[in-house]
Amino acid sequence: MEPTHSSNRILMPVKAWFIFLTFFAALFLDMIPFGRLTGLPDFVALTLAFWCVREPFKVGMGAAFLLGIVMDVVSASVMGQHSLAYVLLGFAASGLSRRILWFPLSHQALHILPLLLGAQLVMLAVRMIGGAEFPGMLYFLSSFTGSLLWYPLTYLLLMPQYQPMEKDVNRPI
Amino acid sequence: MSVVGQQPPPFFKRGPAPLTRLAFFLALSLLLLVLDLRYHTLEWSRQAVAFVAYPLQRIAYLPVATADNAAQYFSSLAALQKENTVLLRRQLDTANQLLRQEHLELENQRLRALLDMKQRQTVPGRVAQILYSARDPFARRIILDNGSQQGIVAGQVVVDELGVIGQVTRVFPMLSEVTLITDKDQAVPVQILRNGLRTVIFGAGAGGLELHFLAANADIQVGDVLVTSGLDGVYLAGLPVAKVVRIDRDTPYTFARILCQPIAGVEDHDQVLVLGQGEALPPQPPEPQKTEKPAKGRKGRR
Repeated sequence: MEPTHSSNRILMPVKAWFIFLTFFAALFLDMIPFGRLTGLPDFVALTLAFWCVREPFKVGMGAAFLLGIVMDVVSASVMGQHSLAYVLLGFAASGLSRRILWFPLSHQALHILPLLLGAQLVMLAVRMIGGAEFPGMLYFLSSFTGSLLWYPLTYLLLMPQYQPMEKDVNRPI
Repeated sequence: MSVVGQQPPPFFKRGPAPLTRLAFFLALSLLLLVLDLRYHTLEWSRQAVAFVAYPLQRIAYLPVATADNAAQYFSSLAALQKENTVLLRRQLDTANQLLRQEHLELENQRLRALLDMKQRQTVPGRVAQILYSARDPFARRIILDNGSQQGIVAGQVVVDELGVIGQVTRVFPMLSEVTLITDKDQAVPVQILRNGLRTVIFGAGAGGLELHFLAANADIQVGDVLVTSGLDGVYLAGLPVAKVVRIDRDTPYTFARILCQPIAGVEDHDQVLVLGQGEALPPQPPEPQKTEKPAKGRKGRR
């Protein structure tokens, strides 16, 4: 994989309330009860990875831990299962952020895939040690759908930052 | 290690280093895991977070509920008629027993009074709706729309019109969580209806159940119906649980491998009945006092 040395567009600074809002929306999406449908991405993990890559100084392991606790409760799993996986995910994502952002979006998604898979593996290991049943290989499908969503997610979550500083009626965008 | 690849100048305060933070949060998460898995002492915090998340959860349930309603609205007349005939036939099949049940119960009561035995318990039930199955892919749990506000208590048994579904394992103010009998950690004390052989049935995952610790030469056949034995004082006696579908006796183990299928529609979404708790069983008689003292030494001190 070759990094693109094309310069990135200079973005507006991100607003804290927008990050908060996206986490809230991701939690909401994860709470929608689809039953035992396999392959649904973990929206919270994906959003967390995104902000850890984009804003490693604003979103990090503390946010990951808190989101993990909430996910543990709403998904009725063992306390600490999601927080453990998310803290590791946050650490890896913010550690790799300077590297990942060099690549075009498709390669970024390839970087995110092992991170999401790693988080799932951690959760699997924790639950298997706790004596749960193996959910089948399709359990890992959600990481792949999650990394496929990286492309639309980037445009969606960066939309407010694409706005120009000064409103100019003659400007096309 | 720094996220920017180089150490920021000391006048920009960034807080503790990432590795330090990682170690701190990992330790915290592991502590939570051990506390919850081994000591089960985190229910209060779970209650608190669940209380805050409840309105959001109800709103998140709305799209699914709307889709369900729409599907019901458009379900064809033929399907409804078919369901109706099935229900009518089932009612006729059981009518014989149902009509005589009152008579039999009265007779049973009189006979029990005659024999001076303890009366059989009758417990009230409460109808609840299954909202959805929990997102956790490692366990088989469902969420009911009744909680502690409606008088649901952890430990209550949940049945549908055919048999046992599971047991209430966690109660929130407006919701409750039921662990299905097909969950790997769920055990139900049962007896074989045909000969009264008592044993314990465990969930085997993938919608099945398994009988452990039954000797290879035990009197059990394919097609045997297992009902609750009521020995634990939690499950009422005589509720249908499972049917034996396969027995492997020619294994090199002492125990036969017996696979069962639940009788109730365990994995379906429907209305269920949460049975009230029966009277507590009398306490177990105390163990006979050991006369000899443990030998002094390392073992005695523990």
